[in-house]
Amino acid sequence: MSKVKELPGEAIVAATQAPSVRNTVVAYVQRVRGGDMGALPAVLGLVVLCAVFTTARPSFFTAINFANLFTQGAAVTLIAMGLVFVLLIGEIDLSAGFASGVCAAVLAVTLTSAGLPWYVCMLAAVLTGVVIGTVLGTLVAKVGIPSFVVTLAAFLAFQGLVLVLVDEGTNISIRDEMIVAIANRNLPPWLGWALYLVCVAIYAAVQLRRARSRTRRGLVADPPWLIGVRVGALALIAGLAVAALNLERSRNPNLVSLTGVPIVVPIILALLVLWTVVLRRTSFGRHLYAVGGNTEAARRAGIPVDRIKIMAFVICSSMAAIGGIVAASRASSVDPNTGGSSVLLYAVGAAVIGGTSLFGGKGRVLDAVMGGAVVAVIENGMGLMGYGASVKYLVTGSVLLLAAGVDALARKRASAAGLR
Amino acid sequence: MTPLLELRGIDKSFGPVKVLHDVGFSAYAGEVTALVGDNGAGKSTLVKCVGGIYPIDAGRLFFDGREVHVHSPRDAAELGIEIVYQDLALCDNLDIVQNMFLGRERKNGLLLDEDTMEELAERTLSGLSVRTVKSIRQQVSSLSGGQRQTVAIAKAVLWNSKVVILDEPTAALGVAQTAQVLELVRRLADTGLAVVLISHNMNDVFAVSDRIAALYLGRMAAQVRTADVTHAQVVELITSGRSGDLGLKNGVTP
Repeated sequence: MSKVKELPGEAIVAATQAPSVRNTVVAYVQRVRGGDMGALPAVLGLVVLCAVFTTARPSFFTAINFANLFTQGAAVTLIAMGLVFVLLIGEIDLSAGFASGVCAAVLAVTLTSAGLPWYVCMLAAVLTGVVIGTVLGTLVAKVGIPSFVVTLAAFLAFQGLVLVLVDEGTNISIRDEMIVAIANRNLPPWLGWALYLVCVAIYAAVQLRRARSRTRRGLVADPPWLIGVRVGALALIAGLAVAALNLERSRNPNLVSLTGVPIVVPIILALLVLWTVVLRRTSFGRHLYAVGGNTEAARRAGIPVDRIKIMAFVICSSMAAIGGIVAASRASSVDPNTGGSSVLLYAVGAAVIGGTSLFGGKGRVLDAVMGGAVVAVIENGMGLMGYGASVKYLVTGSVLLLAAGVDALARKRASAAGLR
Repeated sequence: MTPLLELRGIDKSFGPVKVLHDVGFSAYAGEVTALVGDNGAGKSTLVKCVGGIYPIDAGRLFFDGREVHVHSPRDAAELGIEIVYQDLALCDNLDIVQNMFLGRERKNGLLLDEDTMEELAERTLSGLSVRTVKSIRQQVSSLSGGQRQTVAIAKAVLWNSKVVILDEPTAALGVAQTAQVLELVRRLADTGLAVVLISHNMNDVFAVSDRIAALYLGRMAAQVRTADVTHAQVVELITSGRSGDLGLKNGVTP
């Protein structure tokens, strides 16, 4: 009883486009030209920056400086990883820097004044982050204050809170071996290689398993050559990094040997994997993207939007707490400036440079790590060039603006290309 | 034949404004029932009452012959009533599969079962003979208006729904895309669903509907079989509430 005539020529099926080398490359180029660049600007930026700094200051390209990059950039990268969650839902957390300061101060106070064991203190610091995130998230989601205002208020209040915690500006030094080790000690070289092998093997196994299962079900799977390229690239880059970090970098190797992967690197890697799985493979992650993409659609689909928003703030502040712990470990002390000055802007910059959109709905945790590397290279390189704080601030501000500009233009371009 | 969805004597006011007066409405399985009426006649309000978004002031709702109470969108979904709203409820930054399962993802333990979702989405789309999307893993933002509407409709039928209500599905579409969506609407009814199509467009209504229900200023002017009326009669029902023997008598439902 169909009253509508079949429409000839409308049945265009290309559902199972063969994923050949050419198709994949063409699709990628189209995506980039359409404005969906992913981490490409960060990667290009890294290459250019490293080349410039190496030519200007050969000391940039040394084993000791390479290891420094990781420990210098770790705290900002960790905070940026948390910020990705808040940026994904289209909000902002301006208080993440000082939230990390508050949590670091909690760590220092419980460690010194209360004399508790290191793991209790770390737990206390992270719990402080959870509480901060819950309060911020509730104010944004339930009360409905714009996140910009809530976190700006928290930005001011937390500065006061840090002062209260550290007794109006004293410097609390941290002597606990475990805490100090996080950012100042290295894995033994063999353990670095063992971790490397395990990581590459797991990555390859996961990729192969997914492809095999999809092929068995008759779905479009990644071709073996693409998996090979991915695994090979990871193995090569990570292998070079581990090899470089295992070089002797002590000025006086007979006196003190200094080799191995900094302990903070596997910590960042573990959190990167954890949050990537949460974002990509759980319904919570899916709902975060949905809320950032179209809040109303998410609500109509039955997603508890308020709860998702609060969780995003909780994750952000908890990651800030971990960043604060790393910062405290690196400085072996906590003072009223921990997590202050440029930390927040560096973290936002790291997330945005890596390709996380300030408009919500687009971003990955890996972006924060890539962007964090760019920020660390800029800071480190400028320091080696002997520029003062003034130039550093100017350059970092410009880079943040540039990244936000690229984001906005990419979005415009994507909407013109119909990709958004 | 018992209607799958039947409303009797629905009243709804927003403060002092009475939007629906004593509205009766029926939709039958396997048929497309067009709900027509001028702007402000109460079409969208009626649909939102069925969908559990607005509580009704008076009246009864029957589903498959037995009386039911719908207090929330969840109640409606449990009965098998799905509404595809005018402003599409799709997330641009997610792909077709992700959108179709949004809020009701299949899980394998803690993690998402992407492969099963992709298979089910593929099956639903090919069940609806949708062949115009390149890949069901492409982002919704890259789809045309008609394709997006198709995804929204497919999302509604994925859940073994029995009644699908479409709020002006062709309002923003071009000629070819409108035909494509109407074809899909017809196919939904042919698979045994009760389809309610809200539309302003007489051509669309006469192209796919089996019955027409015309609302006039919050009252049900007439419910007729499409084959029994002409274009002009329906336009008269919409604009004045009556047409010859059909329609309201002295402003009330006879």
